[in-house]
Amino acid sequence: MVAIPYLFNEIERIFQNTPLYVIVLEGFLLLSVIWLLFVKRNGRGKRFSREEEEAIIANYEPEPLVANTNPNHPLLKTHLVQSKVGKRVVVDGNDCLNLATHNYLGLLEDKKILEDACNTLKKYGVGSCGPRGFYGTMDVHLDLEDRLAKFMGMEESVVYSYGFSTIASAIPAYAKRGDVVFADEMVNFSIQKGLDASRSTIYYYKHNDMADLERLLIEQQARDAKNPKKAAKTRRFLVAEGIYINTGEICPLPALVALRAKYKLRLFLDESISFGTLGKTGHGLTEHFNVELIEVDLIMAGMENSLATIGGFCVGSHFIVEHQRLSGLGYCFSASLPPLLTQAAISALDRFESEPQMFAELQQIARKVQEVFGKFSKLTLRANELSPVKHLYIAEQRANAEEECELLTKIANKCIAAGVAVIEARYLNNLEKHPIRQSMRVTVNRLLTDADIKHAYDVIERVSKEVL
Amino acid sequence: MGNSNGDSGEVQQERQRNCDISNSWNKMKGITEENMPKECDSSTVELRARKNGFKDNVVEAAPTNGCLKNCTANTTQCATANGTACSNSNSNSKQSLYTPAKKLSEFAAEHTRKTSFEEVPLHTACLTYLGFYLLMILGYINQLLFVPKVAKEENREGYVTLYDAFESFYSRYVYRRVRDCWNRPICSVPGDEVTLKDRVTNDYGWSFQFTGTETRCLNLGSYNYLGFADATGPCAEQSEETAREMGLAMTSTRVELGTTQLHLDLESLTARYLGVEDAIVFGMGFATNALNLPSLISPGCLVLSDEKNHASIILGLRLSGATTKVFKHNNMRDLERVLRYNVVHGNSKNGGKPWKKILILVEGVFSMEGSIVRLPEIIALKKKYKAYLYLDEAHSIGAMGPHGGGAVDYFGADPKDIDILMGTFTKSFGSAGGYIAGSKRLIDFLRTNSHAHCYASSMSPPIAQQIYTSMSIIMGLDGTDTGRQKINQLARNTRYFRRRLAQMGVITYGHEDSPVVPMLVYLFSKIGAVVRTLTTRHIAVVGVGFPATPIMEGRIRYCLSAAHTKEQLDYALEVIDEISDRLGLKYSRKPREPNTIEY
Ligand SMILES: Cc1ncc(COP(=O)(O)O)c(C=O)c1O
Repeated sequence: MVAIPYLFNEIERIFQNTPLYVIVLEGFLLLSVIWLLFVKRNGRGKRFSREEEEAIIANYEPEPLVANTNPNHPLLKTHLVQSKVGKRVVVDGNDCLNLATHNYLGLLEDKKILEDACNTLKKYGVGSCGPRGFYGTMDVHLDLEDRLAKFMGMEESVVYSYGFSTIASAIPAYAKRGDVVFADEMVNFSIQKGLDASRSTIYYYKHNDMADLERLLIEQQARDAKNPKKAAKTRRFLVAEGIYINTGEICPLPALVALRAKYKLRLFLDESISFGTLGKTGHGLTEHFNVELIEVDLIMAGMENSLATIGGFCVGSHFIVEHQRLSGLGYCFSASLPPLLTQAAISALDRFESEPQMFAELQQIARKVQEVFGKFSKLTLRANELSPVKHLYIAEQRANAEEECELLTKIANKCIAAGVAVIEARYLNNLEKHPIRQSMRVTVNRLLTDADIKHAYDVIERVSKEVL
Repeated sequence: MGNSNGDSGEVQQERQRNCDISNSWNKMKGITEENMPKECDSSTVELRARKNGFKDNVVEAAPTNGCLKNCTANTTQCATANGTACSNSNSNSKQSLYTPAKKLSEFAAEHTRKTSFEEVPLHTACLTYLGFYLLMILGYINQLLFVPKVAKEENREGYVTLYDAFESFYSRYVYRRVRDCWNRPICSVPGDEVTLKDRVTNDYGWSFQFTGTETRCLNLGSYNYLGFADATGPCAEQSEETAREMGLAMTSTRVELGTTQLHLDLESLTARYLGVEDAIVFGMGFATNALNLPSLISPGCLVLSDEKNHASIILGLRLSGATTKVFKHNNMRDLERVLRYNVVHGNSKNGGKPWKKILILVEGVFSMEGSIVRLPEIIALKKKYKAYLYLDEAHSIGAMGPHGGGAVDYFGADPKDIDILMGTFTKSFGSAGGYIAGSKRLIDFLRTNSHAHCYASSMSPPIAQQIYTSMSIIMGLDGTDTGRQKINQLARNTRYFRRRLAQMGVITYGHEDSPVVPMLVYLFSKIGAVVRTLTTRHIAVVGVGFPATPIMEGRIRYCLSAAHTKEQLDYALEVIDEISDRLGLKYSRKPREPNTIEY
């Protein structure tokens, strides 16, 4: 302690004895060392003269914007639909029985719904001309949100203007960078994009394999134990689909819920297909398995299938869903759903409520199709018996996907020519997170009769025998 | 089905007529009979023939369809002729702002003169910050003293909290105070006027109840630039007809069973409208950006993105994995600096290897700033540095340019200089959805790689019909000059409204020809005050504040429409003048126009 004043004195003496210019010089030196160490290193690596720069610019050859597309690419050859896509549909000039579009309940052909939608059009025009925040909220939107929440028996729902964006926006509204998401490897593409957008760490478990999921969860526990500080801030999510569009299988909800509770995850369920098809009154997977709604944190669904309109919704508790009104990107930054399509969803819900036997009918037909279509000699069927979406694979697996794809396309085209519209499921194979086996995706419509199913079976059986 | 022989003559006639009409569109865009290739006739889009495609049987539908598919070469030629002719004609016409004859620097000076971003007076800046912090502090006190009435998460004890603390604090204690200014429900067409459903809050914005009354307001909030939001008239009628014929949805993707003649016709009409080879349409504008950008760029590519770009673009870039660098809003010097540096130095993360591609990403009209992209300068830069250009014309398509062709048309640029033309149908067309247009090569690539095309639902037929009809009207294909009148009316309304506001002494941002007019009010609380006061005077406007804008720059946004009349604008201006005095919004220190402004 005594030494401190002495030290100061000493420093003062040194400064007094050195001339000013030396101090200035030394100051400069110090600064340039700092500059060299920090600025130079962070700054530009190399320096070029003006001429060199011009030469580099002149020589720069970027890749072409897009690659050339093969004119025979299968996705360039789409069918032309020439009528309403009801139970029957005119495809490329052939009047077909429709086993390809996702209008499970047949509400697309419903006169009352169409009439209601047209009346709304006559009242509000076509577009909403604004996002929900900026005068794009019409009373029909509030009505629909109210009705959906009531129908599902949950506190709140939020409506989006596009099915794909519903799912892809809802997930990243909650899951952020640093969070952990566990998802089934067969989740559809919109979930995959939602997961990408979240920038969380994603772990995929084997399709519907609860043991594999639990293995991943135990691994996560081990990671958490190593870094408890980080673990205290890491949110964990579990994402699954009610009925997987890629396989037609139903997810084992009770098992998922048990794991959710055990490992403290939040469960997001994509019910795009199961909403309006499963359960006694069409409430979807929770009703099907008789699982309490509170066990699921968020239910998301497109309205483009059984509701036969456009858009999507999320439903859940107020605490969860309200958040999307400020954080759901596709909700905040896009024009709201056109009012006539909103009204169509309301009117479809009316039908859900007034004719609850619809769902049992659909499930009955789905079972029937499962039974009949299980008997193809050259194709194998995969799906849950209640699922309105079923996949037909080539029984004898071929060497590569292209070959299978070609064969399936051939079968589908011949079926269409013979009056049964089926279609090979189309994927962007190079972008899917997990390879999906090529298949023909068959959809079930409530209005199908036994004779229709028999006829479809006969045609597909004949054609597939011809081709394979 | 099957009555083709009966009315094929009729179809022939109709085609003839449509051809005449489409010739008139070409003329309008400056194509004379001589320089239009002969093949063009067969491939021009038939306005009504599509309808026949549905009703008649396949024999009749096939030629239309076949033509669209097989005659691509013709279409290409036609579009090429169209495009070049268009730019030629524009360079001669008076309406064009940028001509090769005029030097780029002169143009730049003109653009700068017409664009205004007046700086905020210092004391207002200080007050704004203070006001904002005060609001935050009050919020914190509020949170401490009163048990918040918010919903709690049930049955999830011991879980990591779901929300970021600041985020939920902000929405509960700051945003809630002005929550009534957004998400206001309407119950009418969002046309020149709009009916608001009145609601009240008895708990300071936590919840709202409807009073059962309605307020009819002048609508300065909707993106109804050309006034096509209408429940009557040809658009609504034809949409209804299509809804009855084709149903409300396709319940399928475009690549499965979701493509109808209507979709194909809409795509070729869009391509023709924009003067490019081909186009592809999607059911949602947001998804058009978010789900196509990832197919176009990949890691190893560089994107130079304007700092004010829309959320859908930012999401698309995030999904793509490309490196994104942001340049200052509409600042060409900054863009050139970043561009030059990156071409010269390459990808520093990859040992200075050249970037695979460099994409410049801008919007035509920026919806929060009211500014117009400096397109000619960007085109020059893009050519100099061999970058690609993606132009989002969401707010400019239809609303800008002598033919409603967007920023490209406004500047008389060659549409082929823009590699990727994107836009939405939500605004000027009064519908929903989006498009991407450009070379055939680009569109074919998207048809085989676009996420939205392959996985998302096909556009609903009545929605597509609304676009088809309104686009035909804009192009004059309906045989009337309604489209032309709407475009002129909007341009006139824009100039008048902006100049009157400037004369009043309020600060507005952006370019004098942009129909999006942000008026700066700065303080957060003033946004609420202005929106509420204007509502009591029967004017509906949009307020925008943090986080959509910087904390400093709270603003009121007016969107003009061709549906507005001078009387309506005069009324609005009178009221704005009055409340600007009362609330102290006349911040501008620029000299004011002393003379009355002519409409
Ligand atoms: C620049 C820009 N791009 C895209 C969109 C999204 O369009 P849509 O509302 O059709 O989803 C918007 C809409 O606000 C926009 O401003």
